Amino acid sequence: MTYLTDRKRAVGAGASHTGTAHHWFMTMSSVALAVMLPVWLYLFGAAIGGTRDQVVAAFANPFTAILTALVLVVSMRHFAKGSAVMVEDYAHGTARKAGLIFVSALAAVIATTGLYALIRIAL
Amino acid sequence: MAEATVSSKRVERPLSPHLQIYRVQMTSVSSILTRITGHALMVGVILAVWWLLAAAVSEPYFELANAVMTSWFGKLVMTGSLWAVWYHYLAGLRHLLFDARIGLEIQTAERLGWACILGSVALTALTLVIV
Repeated sequence: MTYLTDRKRAVGAGASHTGTAHHWFMTMSSVALAVMLPVWLYLFGAAIGGTRDQVVAAFANPFTAILTALVLVVSMRHFAKGSAVMVEDYAHGTARKAGLIFVSALAAVIATTGLYALIRIAL
Repeated sequence: MAEATVSSKRVERPLSPHLQIYRVQMTSVSSILTRITGHALMVGVILAVWWLLAAAVSEPYFELANAVMTSWFGKLVMTGSLWAVWYHYLAGLRHLLFDARIGLEIQTAERLGWACILGSVALTALTLVIV
């Protein structure tokens, strides 16, 4: 006689070992980016080519600053988790571990650098 | 056993996947492009964040980053990134449709693949005109 329920024995047995959490995160972040990107692309594109004062003024705008911060954080998590799937597809053993650490760290460094720049500009 | 292995290797077997006559499918090409554009976008993101950091730090630093950003190289990266982001965008929407069990018939999926490629080129041109 076993005390484990059918559900308990099934959890973690799938190929991903983590259920649909990864897929659902990609779905949520893709919807967020789909909403934000058209507006952000316009604001960012309009800022390119300006003088430093114009660029600083553009990103000091509260709407632009908040939207840019959101796009940075969400897109870099979206990249890190999406790229992790590619690493898991092609790399094994130590190379896989190193690759997973690298893509996650790269995304974190870029997002943090962008947030630092935004804070210096907007505050 | 060893002899059997050696002799079986002499059998002329067809080579898969017949590279000279292999017909690439729109479904696989559009899938691979999604992964390539997603990763290639990091070049544009790094350039854009560096440019923003330079604007935040100092005038001379911004002049350097802005010179790169507005050079032919920067324009190439930004225009390429713009197409990549629109392609990845449309391909992502297609994934949301697939998740909702829409467009999974082969013919529809192939048409959606073409829609991603042609649509991304159109949206890139439209963005360049507007911005």
